Amino acid sequence: MPELGKYAVEVLSSYAVSIALLAVLVGLSLWRSRRVRAQLEEVEERVRRDGQD
Amino acid sequence: MNLNALWEYANPKKFIRTTERVLPWVSVLSVVALVVGLIWGFFFTPDDYRQGSTVKIIYLHVPAALMAINTWLMMLITSLIWIVRRHHVSALAARAAAPVGAVMTVIALATGAIWGQPMWGTWWAWDPRLTSFLILFLFYLGYMALWEAIENDDTAADLTSVLCLVGSVFALLSRYAVNFWNQGLHQGASLSLDKEENVADVFYWPLLVCIAGFVLLFIALVLLRTRTEIRARRMRALLARERMR
Repeated sequence: MPELGKYAVEVLSSYAVSIALLAVLVGLSLWRSRRVRAQLEEVEERVRRDGQD
Repeated sequence: MNLNALWEYANPKKFIRTTERVLPWVSVLSVVALVVGLIWGFFFTPDDYRQGSTVKIIYLHVPAALMAINTWLMMLITSLIWIVRRHHVSALAARAAAPVGAVMTVIALATGAIWGQPMWGTWWAWDPRLTSFLILFLFYLGYMALWEAIENDDTAADLTSVLCLVGSVFALLSRYAVNFWNQGLHQGASLSLDKEENVADVFYWPLLVCIAGFVLLFIALVLLRTRTEIRARRMRALLARERMR
């Protein structure tokens, strides 16, 4: 760990806030991507099934 | 290079197929660049003689601020493509990019405030660059809200494209505010193509790696989110067709 001196709180909080925000953005993007993909497959399957009836 | 070939990617199926191959590579490269750049900057660069260890905030603040502005410019280009050529993928790419740009703007504002407190003695000042960044953030919020508020995708794309054109004024102001109004606390650009660099070499190279990491992360997120928007649009169309039966 580098010696951050009297500005340790400022430097560490900048890194913590930024990394947390990026992690939330990546996490939400992946989560929504998977959810929408699964929902679309479900709807396409239903439409295919209904079309065959 | 045949520029007309680029329009092939406006086909949603072609876009999804191509990005399926590209996305893993861009994602891995972005993680590598971010990890290398941030570790290099945080652990292996010295303190600045005036700013002390707060100079390490530059590795987050500058790339995030660059991406905040350039995301809006990317949205401007894709919105113009929508207005002129009516390619749905371009409108959906703009929609996909907006939350990424908003987060980049928040990071730039937050790290700027945290950095400004010990250096300027205040978290916030109504300085031209800070104020134009805050307005840019409000434009991001308005842009995302407008997409959510309108049910018809094409109408939403039209209206958000117009909002994007208007907001571009503030994106450019955010970039050049310091040059337009020679006042305020914020310094000039740290990196510039048209003049001598304002950052010492020891900070410059890890900063460039961090910028590359942020750019690659942006590309990866926009590709991923555009794929999601394309699928969500198809799902809405199928559900609407189902309701009409």
